[in-house]
Amino acid sequence: MLKTDLSFTPALEPVQPVTLDSFLNRTRELATHGFQPLALFGTDEKLIYALLGKPHELELFCTPFPQNLHYPSLSREFPSFQIFERELYEEYGIIPTNHPWLKSVRHPLQGPVKIEDYVFLKSDSKLIHEVGVGPVHAGVIEPGHFRFLMRGEIVEHLEIQLGYQHRDLINMLCEGPLAGKMPLVETIAGDTVIGHGTAFCRLVESLSESSPQANDIRALLLEMERVAMHLSTLSALAGDVAYIMGQNLFAALRTTVINSTLSICGSRFGKRALCVGGVNYPLNKTLIDTLKTKMQKCAVQIQSTSEAMFASSSLLSRFDDTGKISSADALRFGFTGISAKASGIAVDARADFPIWQYPDFAVQTEATGDVYARAKLRYMEIMQSLQMIQELLDQIDPSAPIQAPVKELIPDKIAVSIVEGARGRIVHIAKSKDEHSALWYRVIDPSLVNWQALSMAVAGEQISDFPLCNKSFDLSYCGSDL
Amino acid sequence: MLHLLKARLRHGYQAIPDPLTVGIDPAFPGLPELAIDADLELLSELCPTKAFTAQGLDLGRCVFCGLCSRKHPEMITFTPNYKMAADSREKLILAPGQIALPKMDFVLPRKFRYSFALRSVSAAGCNACEMELGASNNVNFDISRYGVETVASPRHADALILTGPISRNMADALNETWQAIPEPKYLILCGACAISGGLFGESEAIDRAFLKHWEACLYIPGCPAHPLSIVSAMVSIMRGS
Repeated sequence: MLKTDLSFTPALEPVQPVTLDSFLNRTRELATHGFQPLALFGTDEKLIYALLGKPHELELFCTPFPQNLHYPSLSREFPSFQIFERELYEEYGIIPTNHPWLKSVRHPLQGPVKIEDYVFLKSDSKLIHEVGVGPVHAGVIEPGHFRFLMRGEIVEHLEIQLGYQHRDLINMLCEGPLAGKMPLVETIAGDTVIGHGTAFCRLVESLSESSPQANDIRALLLEMERVAMHLSTLSALAGDVAYIMGQNLFAALRTTVINSTLSICGSRFGKRALCVGGVNYPLNKTLIDTLKTKMQKCAVQIQSTSEAMFASSSLLSRFDDTGKISSADALRFGFTGISAKASGIAVDARADFPIWQYPDFAVQTEATGDVYARAKLRYMEIMQSLQMIQELLDQIDPSAPIQAPVKELIPDKIAVSIVEGARGRIVHIAKSKDEHSALWYRVIDPSLVNWQALSMAVAGEQISDFPLCNKSFDLSYCGSDL
Repeated sequence: MLHLLKARLRHGYQAIPDPLTVGIDPAFPGLPELAIDADLELLSELCPTKAFTAQGLDLGRCVFCGLCSRKHPEMITFTPNYKMAADSREKLILAPGQIALPKMDFVLPRKFRYSFALRSVSAAGCNACEMELGASNNVNFDISRYGVETVASPRHADALILTGPISRNMADALNETWQAIPEPKYLILCGACAISGGLFGESEAIDRAFLKHWEACLYIPGCPAHPLSIVSAMVSIMRGS
């Protein structure tokens, strides 16, 4: 039975606001000592909160909105703050002076610029032409706009403009009883149902000081989601370089994995599976045995398909050295998940902020930071997760209870919940208003910080490598746009 | 090369021989059955999208979360029947005691019988419907065997298949894509969000005016719609059911 470690979904007393100066000084101090911003946001209480973390340490503090709605930007010194400062400006009009590029994030209703009126970065050089892609893309994917400034076939600059997926989701989380918001949470990113779902459940459980059941089933579903998403990316990467066999085999293997998730909860994406207090569907002995056999067979097939794929010289010539992110940049910009780990930065919430004990878990990394590294690392993580899946299936007790009673929230509490999803670190943070609902709720999908990596990776590359680079990061549009 | 052959051989044959009749895992929540004496008001209180009305259960709103069937299995159960598409919004309302959706009357003109090109537009979809639409054309489901393909340019499309509740920020792009499709053209709504707005029907960031002007010829329920639901629905409007 997995034990939960409540210390990393901490329920905190409301923090006392400090002055703007001490807020900024503390932020700078922590950022110079290896802390990364996990969240920085404004709330309707007219407070700015900052949540910074490094392995096994979290710090939360807040300050009232500055009098003149201006404060000195942190982003030039610590680029990892750039997206959060832009978000704060867009939502509450608070201007970080000297921010390198205070462009819009998602064009919410109250935002200063409508999406139709947004002006893209232009160049007045006669050598530069523009290429615009999206929001409707060539394939069956989510909308976003990519504006390239091109010198011949070489990308000089890529501007990514998102917001097309904005549904006002986080405000909807605050309407009515929080514990009943599971179906909504499942749509934060429909491909990360278990990642965001686990973060949400742990957060509500923390706000209500309840201890959930069936942690091992949750952990199992989370690893299955990771395997499925990485397989989907490997399939698309193979497809992008016309390695058709890899594309088809990985897609079929993903079918096996998500059909197994369906056999647990009825949904190929793990919708319906989780609930506050535990899970909705038990695993019986027959199902456990079937899953073990299926996942074992999958592991063998994934291994042989990957070995064949990574031995293909035509594929390697496209993957190698393409779309590089240096480890210094990955660290400075606070990238997370594969985008950081493939550049040698060992960040993984399963090790840094574990909500469950992961015996013998070691974060895997690759050094080169290119498309190859991100693809290879996905394969390595799949094999590691399949191993964890076997261990979890051995542990699960079919007769154990799967749900604990849901208690009322404790009013005026703040809780933080961090989960390593397939794309990286998912952060949920909320404050309870009364026994049922949240005063505010913030979701930080790993893609929100990682989109910057794509823009940096394609600079200097041929535009024909853009789809490949894009897929190698596999970022979520709706997770960022909310 | 040997690696490649080994991997391919180990993989076996993955295509579903007949996606129109194949069975599905009984855990799959497909077409529901509402007991004749089901208390619709009580069920409506549980439902996150208020899919229960005085007439029955609106499959266009249902997100198949199972809250109702877990709490009141005596009133509602979900069968694994994945064929639950309709050619009109009204036909998606399942009355108590009803065990199948009404037959579809709509059939595409004969020239589309073996060739039908789709332009997909995701307008604030959560990527679940989008991935299922993509999966409909993978080696397992292989919708292209029926002549259905997804195309990049709206100029090459016969129909627009919409996923997502239509965010205000996507409203223009959706309209422009639709305008760029040459006549005759058809509109298909895939998933609860596209059909009814789903969980986002009340959100101020959603703008569904597009659907006031244009009527869909096919509605495929689900959250997300399962590839088997998508394949069988497409084939039924191409060939007649």
